[in-house]
Amino acid sequence: MSASLEIQLIAVLAAAACALPGVFLVLRSMAMMADAISHTVLLGIVLVFFVVQDLQSPWLLVGAAATGLVTVTLVELLNRTRLVKEDAAIGLVFPALFSLAVILISRFARGVHLDVDAVLLGELAFAPFDRMVFLGLDLPVALVTLAGILALNIAFIAAFYKELKLATFDPGLATALGFAPGMLHYGLMALVSITAVGAFDAVGAVLVVALFITPAAAAYLLTDDLRRMLFLSVGIAVISALSGYWLARTLDASIAGSMATMTGLVFVIIYIAAPQRGLVAQLRRRARNRLEFAQAMLAIHLLNHEGRPEAATESSVDHLRQHIRWAPEFAGRVVRYAEQAGVVQQQAGQLRLTEAGRLLAQDAMVR
Amino acid sequence: MTSPTAAAVISPNTPAVEVEDLTVAYHEKPVLWDVDLRVPAGVLMAIIGPNGAGKTTLIKTILGLIPSAAGEVLVYGKPYAAMRHRVGYVPQRGSVDWDFPTSVLDVVMMGRYGALGWFRRPGRQERSLALAALEKVGMADYANRQISQLSGGQQQRVFLARAIVQDADIYFMDEPFQGVDAMTERAIVGLLKDLRAAGKTVLVVHHDLNTVPEYFDWVTLLNVRRIASGPVAQVFTEENLRKTYGGRIAFVNRDLGALPVEVAAAAAD
Repeated sequence: MSASLEIQLIAVLAAAACALPGVFLVLRSMAMMADAISHTVLLGIVLVFFVVQDLQSPWLLVGAAATGLVTVTLVELLNRTRLVKEDAAIGLVFPALFSLAVILISRFARGVHLDVDAVLLGELAFAPFDRMVFLGLDLPVALVTLAGILALNIAFIAAFYKELKLATFDPGLATALGFAPGMLHYGLMALVSITAVGAFDAVGAVLVVALFITPAAAAYLLTDDLRRMLFLSVGIAVISALSGYWLARTLDASIAGSMATMTGLVFVIIYIAAPQRGLVAQLRRRARNRLEFAQAMLAIHLLNHEGRPEAATESSVDHLRQHIRWAPEFAGRVVRYAEQAGVVQQQAGQLRLTEAGRLLAQDAMVR
Repeated sequence: MTSPTAAAVISPNTPAVEVEDLTVAYHEKPVLWDVDLRVPAGVLMAIIGPNGAGKTTLIKTILGLIPSAAGEVLVYGKPYAAMRHRVGYVPQRGSVDWDFPTSVLDVVMMGRYGALGWFRRPGRQERSLALAALEKVGMADYANRQISQLSGGQQQRVFLARAIVQDADIYFMDEPFQGVDAMTERAIVGLLKDLRAAGKTVLVVHHDLNTVPEYFDWVTLLNVRRIASGPVAQVFTEENLRKTYGGRIAFVNRDLGALPVEVAAAAAD
């Protein structure tokens, strides 16, 4: 396998691994918690490193998961005192633990690969140099680790899909039915911590939150179905990772930065163009609602004067401009819209309601 | 739909709910003070009281959602954890995120999750139960709608359908009439009475004092302490209402019997 292919594979695995728990983070409004965890896991890594003196040890993942849970617990404890709100509690806990880790590294672990820059920004380009033999294959360590983490995330979400869904949508009912949403919550947070550590190598602590949140937030705009949202989130993450890699190659720039940029770019495109919830669809819907309202107004107006002596003047197209105070251009659009919908008919500048138009007007008035 | 075993185990004399000396506090501030309550099986009971009286806290504590500082709760003579599968819960409509990416049918099927237990997925049987329940609440046409497209009354009907598929013996409902139109209110009352006719016990946190005698046969008046509890005809009296609401209540039209109007609370809502 070429180094380029290996790097792309690692990027894809990291993005997919983050995108899965990211869906639940977005639905539970926990983006900031994910950001906090992705930083504080560093403390777990440092502490475990001091004990085992080995950066490849699987114990690092255990340490990271533990610090992730410590972070969540500390935030909850602080929040429960009611002296600090949740977002402030996150802002207090995570710099404290993270800066402790930074001090420990700079004081005691200098010279080891564990330098602060690599942790913060990741260095995907170097990942292929760090190799191991797995199942008789000579592979980059990051590739094997991330494949394992992705498998773990898939297994967790597949096993607890129903429970996670209920606990996220209605924690009260989940508790009443005995599904221990607290346990699921901590399980999910442990998963986020482990994934953050795995993705460190690929994108670093600062940008990993982009992989957790952005693809899931984009997927949320595309579907009304949780299962589809999970698949879409992974798909968007993979596309962003690959296009990010090629953007980095083209610009000769940081791969991590380019990947995060691409997640953002893909999000913006979906935000604008999503079929139902996108910006364009919303504007179009608003314009259509405005036309429909105007059409109902027109129908009611015509119905009110139908068969009366003043009907001839009230039903002329010119009258709409003067009395209903529609701009000529808008009045023209409303009339065309109503004609196409079969609500009115136009004869020599006079508007007449059709049977359907009468029904529409009556309907609109009762509502 | 009650299974024969469930009916056999419950003796008709066992109260549906027994609450003994229940005290609940947030940071040493009591929300419920030494509440005793016995709810016989088969009644349709309103829990009423002013805002902050602890109505929601009471049912959440019975359901184990809030820890108690003291006291005991028994459901059909046993601790709640042992009777979970007999209990249905309808939380306040506003307590969940209606933009969650899921369909009406999916939400109703969640009512079967308790019976399914861990790991087992809902299948064809759960689907048909959910569809039948949606039919019952007049929402069958909405089965595949995304839940964010529902009106307040429709959301409440979906929650009731979810409770129906739980097929419980006792139901706890938190303000099912809040923010629904008159037609939905009548439909919900009909459903509650159907549940009672099927031998179920239903406890409802309720706000509208005027409809208590019409909708319910049992009532608990609560204001941090239990003021009174029993059949509506005996307990729903002017004196008890005064004790519960203090000066926040006015009695209009006294000649026609008490038609209480909650003055301050109505303004506060």
